[in-house]
Amino acid sequence: MSTQTLLTPEAPTSRGARGRGLSSRFRMERVNWPATVLLLLCAVTVLLPLYVTLSMAFKSTGQAVDGNPFSLPAPLSFDGFVQAWKLTTFPVGAGVSLFVTAGTVILTIVLSAFTSYAIVRNWDRKVFRYSFFYLLAAMFIPFPVVALPQIQLTGLVHLDNPVGVILLASMFQLSFSVLLFTAFLRSIPLELEESARIDGASTWSTFWRIIFPLLAPMSATVGIFAFLYAWNDFMMPSLIISDPALQTLPVRQNLFQTQFSNNYNVSFASYLMAMAPAIVAYLFTQRWVMAGVTQGAVKG
Amino acid sequence: MSTTTTTAPAKGRTEQRGRRRVEPIYWFFLLPSLILFTLAITVPGVIGITFSFTDSIGVGDWNFNGLTNYIALFSDPAILQSYLFTFGFSVVTVIVVNVIAFLLAVGLTSRIRFMVGLRTVFVIPMVISGIIIAYVFNFLFSNSLPALGEATGASWLQTSLLANPDLAWVAIVIVTAWQAIPGTLLIYIAGLLSVPGDVYEAADLDGASRTQRLLRITMPLVAGYVVINVILGFKGFLNAYDIIKGLTDGGPGTSTRSIAMSIIAGFNGGDYGYQMANATIFFVVAILISLLQLSLTRGRNAL
Repeated sequence: MSTQTLLTPEAPTSRGARGRGLSSRFRMERVNWPATVLLLLCAVTVLLPLYVTLSMAFKSTGQAVDGNPFSLPAPLSFDGFVQAWKLTTFPVGAGVSLFVTAGTVILTIVLSAFTSYAIVRNWDRKVFRYSFFYLLAAMFIPFPVVALPQIQLTGLVHLDNPVGVILLASMFQLSFSVLLFTAFLRSIPLELEESARIDGASTWSTFWRIIFPLLAPMSATVGIFAFLYAWNDFMMPSLIISDPALQTLPVRQNLFQTQFSNNYNVSFASYLMAMAPAIVAYLFTQRWVMAGVTQGAVKG
Repeated sequence: MSTTTTTAPAKGRTEQRGRRRVEPIYWFFLLPSLILFTLAITVPGVIGITFSFTDSIGVGDWNFNGLTNYIALFSDPAILQSYLFTFGFSVVTVIVVNVIAFLLAVGLTSRIRFMVGLRTVFVIPMVISGIIIAYVFNFLFSNSLPALGEATGASWLQTSLLANPDLAWVAIVIVTAWQAIPGTLLIYIAGLLSVPGDVYEAADLDGASRTQRLLRITMPLVAGYVVINVILGFKGFLNAYDIIKGLTDGGPGTSTRSIAMSIIAGFNGGDYGYQMANATIFFVVAILISLLQLSLTRGRNAL
């Protein structure tokens, strides 16, 4: 429900929303300009750090150290990007980040959809019911609590690499995702599957042909949470991945806190390259992100 | 498998198929998650709790030492300080985040111009990595603000906020709030939009003022959302790590070291068993808060 209510005002222009929703009497009210101005001012505080990142990244080293972060770059310099690209071995970092993110998103969606389906369809069996509560219990466990043993264990079985991060990150996303999927699956009438089964479809193909497509909106929510977590997280990869050459993009940025600390244009170019993909992805998918986060948070 | 099928009575909503035994494919759906989950979270958890009763330093021999770690914890000023800092920081941040997010949500659901654009902008911080935005703010706090202070002659601005042991936490609250507001905001927007429009119309007819409308109608109707936001936020802030790492790295001294940071620092510092006791206590705290969450939200199923 929250999805729809949230999506309605997302229509391209305010004209689009005018006809529906609130009554016409309410609509006659004038635009609230004080609130608009106030919100625009607040929006500046959101954009300011991003503007600084952008302008610093395009400055020359000489201009970057003069201490004025709000000035526009003059001359426009791409030096920062060239150096940051080399220093952080950006292609490798981006590759690892992409691999970890894709792996976490896919594994989380597939495993939690599988598990939720099995649990909901066998709710009358103790094993499945208890499994549900067992998996849910992990919502109470913060990562720092189990981090140290996990560092040791992943080292022992040679999973102190991006694959290990995928496995651990997916497991931390599992409880929440199973909760969302099971709630959604309970609302799907059994009749939908029965017709397929009468046609002789196995449970496996019923799942893929009927259930999984129906789960799509929930998969989007689950996927968005997994994406934001895996792409942006610093703590887990920094602790689990032991080889610095295989680190994710966020972790690579700590390079600039120790060495090269005065080449601000280089560090900001590097920050920009690390955060840009998520921002661009968000701008293109914002409807789903907003709806998904709302749905996820309210249910969870 | 066969034992479970005999012990589990087929009660409740029985399905036509699988009344006697569970179709094997369901085990294939369930077991990979259960096994992976057990290996990734349960086993480390059990190992951790076990080691909290030992004198292990992370490698080599170790002996059980009973409750020694726990007793030492309660009189360790560094640990007490990390709990005090983390809880204080979380309480302040929860209040700041919820007040700002609620006001923004009221604004964003009122009759304003540029609504779509403004919402897009306000949600952006959510998709940015905490550690990276912390590095950006780190630069602003330690370079730009002091430079601004010198230019304007304002002496209180000239030293970096991050270098002041008494005020560094303010910087952490600001950056954490900057990043946490969008998620909270989206939930409040959903809450505000779920209030039916005719309730407001009725209030208008009765001559209610804008403030009365906010306090008497909006606030009580979104109270459930406030509970959710406060608890989810508080739980998240207790785990604070990335942003603090990028801003102060626990400093100056250990004045902004969070619980998570002290646990992790123990790994490199060689007191593994000791910090596992710390982690176990932190775990108990997390459970207590989650139980509080369950008892508070259960009564508000109206959501």
